[in-house]
Amino acid sequence: MIWTTALQLAVRALWRNKVRALLTALGVIIGVGSVITMLAVGAGAQERIARQLENLGSNNLMLRSGSSLRGGVRTGAGSNTSLTRADAEAIRALPGVLAVSPTVRTGAQALYRGSNWGTIVEGVTPDYLKTRSWGLESGEFFSERQVAAAVDVCVLGRTVVRELFGLVDPVGEIVILKGLACRVIGVLSEKGAGNWGNDQDDIILAPLTTVQRKFMGISHVDRIEVQAAGKAAAASAYKEIQRLLRARHRLQEGQANDFRIYNRAELASSAEESASVFAWLLGSIASVSLLVGGIGIMNIMLVSVTERTREIGIRMALGARRRDILWQFLLEALVLSGIGGLVGVALGIAAALLLGSFSEFEIRIVPWSVALAFSFAAMIGVFFGLHPARKASSLQPIEALRYE
Amino acid sequence: MSATTPVIRLSGVHKTYAQDGVEVHALRGIDLTVAAGEFVAIMGASGSGKSTLMHILGCLDVPGQGDYWLNGQAVRRLDSDALAAIRNREIGFVFQNFNLLARTSAVDNVEMPLVYAGVDKAERQRRARAELERMGLGERLAHHPSQLSGGQQQRVALARALVTRPALLLADEPTGNLDSATSREILALFAELNQRDGLTIVLITHEPDIAAHAGRQLHMHDGRLEH
Repeated sequence: MIWTTALQLAVRALWRNKVRALLTALGVIIGVGSVITMLAVGAGAQERIARQLENLGSNNLMLRSGSSLRGGVRTGAGSNTSLTRADAEAIRALPGVLAVSPTVRTGAQALYRGSNWGTIVEGVTPDYLKTRSWGLESGEFFSERQVAAAVDVCVLGRTVVRELFGLVDPVGEIVILKGLACRVIGVLSEKGAGNWGNDQDDIILAPLTTVQRKFMGISHVDRIEVQAAGKAAAASAYKEIQRLLRARHRLQEGQANDFRIYNRAELASSAEESASVFAWLLGSIASVSLLVGGIGIMNIMLVSVTERTREIGIRMALGARRRDILWQFLLEALVLSGIGGLVGVALGIAAALLLGSFSEFEIRIVPWSVALAFSFAAMIGVFFGLHPARKASSLQPIEALRYE
Repeated sequence: MSATTPVIRLSGVHKTYAQDGVEVHALRGIDLTVAAGEFVAIMGASGSGKSTLMHILGCLDVPGQGDYWLNGQAVRRLDSDALAAIRNREIGFVFQNFNLLARTSAVDNVEMPLVYAGVDKAERQRRARAELERMGLGERLAHHPSQLSGGQQQRVALARALVTRPALLLADEPTGNLDSATSREILALFAELNQRDGLTIVLITHEPDIAAHAGRQLHMHDGRLEH
């Protein structure tokens, strides 16, 4: 039999039972569509996490001072004043360490001419830009010399610029912070929301020493961010730093650390892992519905073979070979799953885009997931169509003709 | 095929089959020769084995013992694909209940054997139309079986049987579902095809007055042919 004829025959047979064909294909449509949508949601989540980790600096270690014990009262982490800039300089000398950024932060009201804005002032060193993977939009950052001299300069985040300056170029202007006139020398590039929805651009950076001495009157630092050369370097630096700081802080054997150290690389890999588990979970739940769609095809094809037993007998009497009958029913199943697959791909992509524009989900349609879902649908057509088709083709012509 | 080769030659054909565990000896040694251009009626009561004989003649089944030559070709050893090819090219079937495909136009019904013969679409349509016009159904090409009378349905079935230009027309109680006037029309058509076109026809019936239209009458009884 000619291929195009066989295909025509299959389409015509399905067309004779339009509603039934549609409902059967619907199983595959929903299956394929949900696989594509779910994988798009999963891939979107993975990508978002990967980007956030990159934003954080995934090979970073973070140090905070530990809790302190004062008259029997244990205060929270960061309440101690054990970490200093000298600690940071000592860490910088360790192997595998690329950048070290000690910071302090305080709230401040920033004034510029008639307007004012409450924000956070962070005292930092030039390494800050490296450890945060951040850059400048305009102007320049302060130098080590400016930090050493505790110069009254600052670099503004985008949000501060917007709130205080509007469209005016802030570089070269003077803002008043806690009564101190600071010259704006640069503007940070836009960073967006942080992991917890905080506005990372709502910040003013000033030299560490300026903030320590002139704003806060302290000599310790709140935290030290350390950027390692890689994941392995981060792991070894983690141990080295503990050993170094315990020695520097003269802690006795058995005495607890007076600082805390966090390995972001570890956090990163566990977050990545859970994102990929999430993606696969979504995908496999969706593929179950595709499987159910396939069973629907088999069910309908079996009914169809029984209903059309007489037709099979007539076709055999008129010269159809067994393989002609086999192909006729297999093609019907394939057309059902193929058309279901195509419509499912279209609907799945549409649903993913819709979900992306109307919800918080980040959506990433992966081309391989579309190919995977479609070929899985076609395979299901063959797999679940084969049994009914074999059943049809193995009928005895006489029995089939006599069938009432 | 030489002029002397008979269309049908059966020699010592036996057929037994098991029905509900009981062995039924349906054919008990059939010898039969039908020459080209003959119109033969095979009569018999139900259970006489005429249906089994019809299945074997129509290559829907093969003899258990004995041999069957159709147009000089031995069919006993053929596989199911080869039998399908023979049914397609050498034999035209007409059934008591017409056996047309429902919800399928007359033209599509008639072109069906040509689909399995591998004829292309344009040629199929052309030949199916021509055959239906020959049967006087030129106005009913797009009608579905349910829109046709019994006589018209049997003409569609006849067109379908003849569209592949078979050597043999096998008719199994072709008038069983028709009233007497329509029966006469169909039988007149058979006679015309036999006499004008030289078509070989084997007609199976249990009614003597139907069988009387044939050139030769054979009676089946208990799995044997009585001449």
